[in-house]
Amino acid sequence: MELLKKYPKLFQWLFLLAVFFALCFAIDVPETYKFIRGQAEFVKDPNQSAFVFLGKEVRYYAFDVFWRLPPLLGWLPIWINDSLFFLMNDWMPMEFWNEDTQEYKTRPLVLQITRNLTAFMTFLIELIREILLGGLETIVAFTSWDWIDANPWAELPGLPWTIVAAGSAILAYKLGGKGLALYALLSMTYISIFGQWKPSMQTLSFILVAAPLSFIFGLGLGVAAYKSKRVEKALYPILLVMQTMPQYAVLVPALVLFGVGDHAAVIITMIVAVPPMILLTLLGLRAVPPEVIEAGRMSGCSNWQLMSKVLIPTARRDILIGVNQVIMVCFSMAVISAFIGAKGLGFNLLLALNQLNIGLALEAGLCISLIAILLDKMSLAWANKQVDYFGNLNFFQRNKNSLFFGVIVIVGILLAYFGSIYFKDGYNYLFEVPHNKGISTADFWNKGVDWIFDTFFVYIKAFNTWLIVDVLQPMRALYLRMPAVATLVLVVGAGYLIGGVRSALVVCGLTLFIALSPWWDRALVTTYMATFGVLVSCTIGFTVGTLCFQNKHTTNFMLNVCDIFQTFPSFVYLIPVMMLFGITDTSVLIAVIVYATIPATRYTIEGLRSVPAGLHDAATMSGVTKFQRLFKIEFPLAFPHMMLGLNQTIVFALFMVIIGAFIGTEDLGQYILKALSDKKGAGIGLTLGICVAFIGLIFDNLIRTWVGQRKKHLGID
Amino acid sequence: MSEPVIKCQSVYKIFGANAERMLKEANGNVDAKTFQENGCIVGVNNASFEVSKGEMLVVMGLSGSGKSTLLRCISRLTDATGGKIFIEGQDLLNLNNKELIDLRRNKMGMVFQSFALLPHKTVLENIAFPLQIKGIKTEDSINKAMDMVKLVGLDGRENYFPRELSGGQQQRVGIARSLAVEPDIWFLDEPFSALDPLIRKEMQDEFLRLQEKLQKTIMFITHDFDEALKLADRIAIMKDGIIEQLDTPANIVLNPATEYVRKFTEEVPREKVLLIKDVMDEITSDDMGDIKVSKDEIIENVAEKILTQEKTVAVTDSKNNIVGSINPTKIINTVFGGRKNNH
Repeated sequence: MELLKKYPKLFQWLFLLAVFFALCFAIDVPETYKFIRGQAEFVKDPNQSAFVFLGKEVRYYAFDVFWRLPPLLGWLPIWINDSLFFLMNDWMPMEFWNEDTQEYKTRPLVLQITRNLTAFMTFLIELIREILLGGLETIVAFTSWDWIDANPWAELPGLPWTIVAAGSAILAYKLGGKGLALYALLSMTYISIFGQWKPSMQTLSFILVAAPLSFIFGLGLGVAAYKSKRVEKALYPILLVMQTMPQYAVLVPALVLFGVGDHAAVIITMIVAVPPMILLTLLGLRAVPPEVIEAGRMSGCSNWQLMSKVLIPTARRDILIGVNQVIMVCFSMAVISAFIGAKGLGFNLLLALNQLNIGLALEAGLCISLIAILLDKMSLAWANKQVDYFGNLNFFQRNKNSLFFGVIVIVGILLAYFGSIYFKDGYNYLFEVPHNKGISTADFWNKGVDWIFDTFFVYIKAFNTWLIVDVLQPMRALYLRMPAVATLVLVVGAGYLIGGVRSALVVCGLTLFIALSPWWDRALVTTYMATFGVLVSCTIGFTVGTLCFQNKHTTNFMLNVCDIFQTFPSFVYLIPVMMLFGITDTSVLIAVIVYATIPATRYTIEGLRSVPAGLHDAATMSGVTKFQRLFKIEFPLAFPHMMLGLNQTIVFALFMVIIGAFIGTEDLGQYILKALSDKKGAGIGLTLGICVAFIGLIFDNLIRTWVGQRKKHLGID
Repeated sequence: MSEPVIKCQSVYKIFGANAERMLKEANGNVDAKTFQENGCIVGVNNASFEVSKGEMLVVMGLSGSGKSTLLRCISRLTDATGGKIFIEGQDLLNLNNKELIDLRRNKMGMVFQSFALLPHKTVLENIAFPLQIKGIKTEDSINKAMDMVKLVGLDGRENYFPRELSGGQQQRVGIARSLAVEPDIWFLDEPFSALDPLIRKEMQDEFLRLQEKLQKTIMFITHDFDEALKLADRIAIMKDGIIEQLDTPANIVLNPATEYVRKFTEEVPREKVLLIKDVMDEITSDDMGDIKVSKDEIIENVAEKILTQEKTVAVTDSKNNIVGSINPTKIINTVFGGRKNNH
């Protein structure tokens, strides 16, 4: 009884667990229940039950409602599909002038809008692509193919790789100094010499369109949200869902709306990249000191002047960090959107992975990572750069970089010209090294992979078998063994214990959505893989973080490592694991673990670092040992921040689990991947994406509520 | 007497969801406690006063007393919940946005506690900022800003960024910026509170020098009673949103209206604050010595002179006419009498 009074929370939790397990044991597995493989839900089977809602027939295998809830939301994907189809094909037909046929044509409004949008995007991408690589499309856009035939000289020549490489080095020098310039020069040269120039420039042109557009929209919406509470409230749920929505899932509806190709990829990338930009803009604007705003007002600023001359320049740093985020999302999307036909390195990477040509995949992945790191470092350098004053410099001092670039352009063109004379075999290596003519290390890597397989096959296989048979299979069976009602009770109870009625209701709603969708079993598998990944990642991350924190140099080193790993597009992680473990769940899980360990480690270090120096001194003066300090002072205070790390770890793990479908898992991701090649996949893809997002949001809500209370309790923040 | 530059009539500022309705229901009798129970916080409670041209009114109060809120009502950075505010006869609360912007661009300048400089602009650009907002040509505004740089003694640093300056220097920039449009009304919100004591004193002297030259109408906010005494023509002492006393420094020191005000005055070295004219008596027929003191002297400066006399000393005005008298006992009473431990 005394114990009960002393630790009331503990007993509440124990009680909750007791109820949960009681329910698990009380509700038996129905005899007819089996995990449905493939897409059998859509096959008509006389054993299935059916219901009709909103005119849509939903078929499903009925079980005891305590075991699995009926898919009452099963009509949702079908309904989304039909609505999209109606919007695109039947809604608001209007007369539009067709330039090619010179006559009016009837077309639904939405179709016309999306077609115009895609045409515009295509133009932008082609423009940049042809500046870098040369081509005809841009000129055609202003004239016509006939005109091109009549004027064969009219073609954008493209820039020789030497100019692009040197140009990026100059820009890097201006932003971040010598080290960054050297890095830029080396990585660009590497890309060229190894024959990856063309796909790299395609990827780069994609990013140079997607990133600025995302930036503009994100900034605009961020400003709107800052100025109007109503806009903020409307945006908030979308931002929340988008943060945990797997990027994969957005592909499918966009496919329906915008078709296949780079333009669709740009639009999807914007959908994914704009939310973080909005958040950081909002954060930056909110952080502007109120007195600075008042100073602006007292200077007689109109609203517009206040925003453009006071608020945005003062929030510059946060906004540029947003740009950095946007660029990172763009890179990860550059790969993922290869699924819907975006050209470039991502496409090569996917192709190589599909053919199990690890060497080629590695080369493409390396190039993406090199460019990603370069742009990441450059945008961060830009964010941290202080404005300098140039008032008392003369023209040459002020413009030395531009002038130098001008010289480079001339030299580059001359080199390319001499190259065209010198290299007689049709390839001008000083202009562009063709894809198959560069140095390739693919064979070397492939041989390496073969050697690893031959040498360590027994051990890898043994490990693989052990992991799958003794750990993963039982864990998966346990998750699937949970009756739906028991899961609901557990989640809602946790919500109530942590955040009261409000939290319980939110969590209950999110869980119900998944439980009432047709994919509860799949969601359980996703959760099991994510749980396994998160457990291992957190163990590793918290340990490594704590160990590294003991020394200043290792701390900085580890943070840098995290930075660099985070820059890799998520798909790149699949390459080495497929090298070692082939196509198994183990591969996916190891990729998940590696990927999700990054935030776990980073937040541990940051949390420990945020413990105030005064407390350290106070602790030292009361004569604590290193361990006492760690356990009595640093951990309790850093714990809330570490829990935020756990939150991020979960999001990262979910992302990777879903991407892991590419290797072959039997979870929600598999269905998302399938939806990509399904004509009626849009609704399914979107609903699945929302399911994954909601899994993330359930944990997000619980953890954030807890951290908020804890921080208040500790008086930090 | 000409019209006051700033005139407040029963100004209220109440924070909270249904502040306006509650104010109406209170019928001019606002009690902070009952309002707080209903979720409203009273910032300014029935403030009425006038500031005439060229006068410096210092509003003194501890943190949370509503002094900054009062200033923000008068600069209309927040809208007052009730009452009327007139700036040179214009009803401030009835101005539309454009008129308000016009007023700020031409008539008002404000200095902030945390300097509130724009981090991305140089000293010169910061000072030229209000001018450029107004739409003045870049060259003219830079020239004018350069004059301001010289006025506050920052020549040679005009191309520095705020982050490269010390606190005192940053506040000089803040002062220069607020003066760039040559406003008639100058608001200063605890301008020297974030500075070190030595720098603060230096800035106060600098400020007095500037005011001597410029003769602006000033509202100066501070939590430092000594600063208020040093600078003010009149002082308003605020507590919980209410102006407890509004009077000249001498009257506040000699006749504190409430217990709260008296606590501030207790520790004040009167000889450093009071002038002879504040304590002198009528002209008497007593035998007065040859020594004469000016009525505008601070007591401290002439105390020795008077106290070494046994007779009453004559007090003169600037034209050397005798306007009063003072005897040594009076000085001793003023400086040492009436203190707490004498009661």
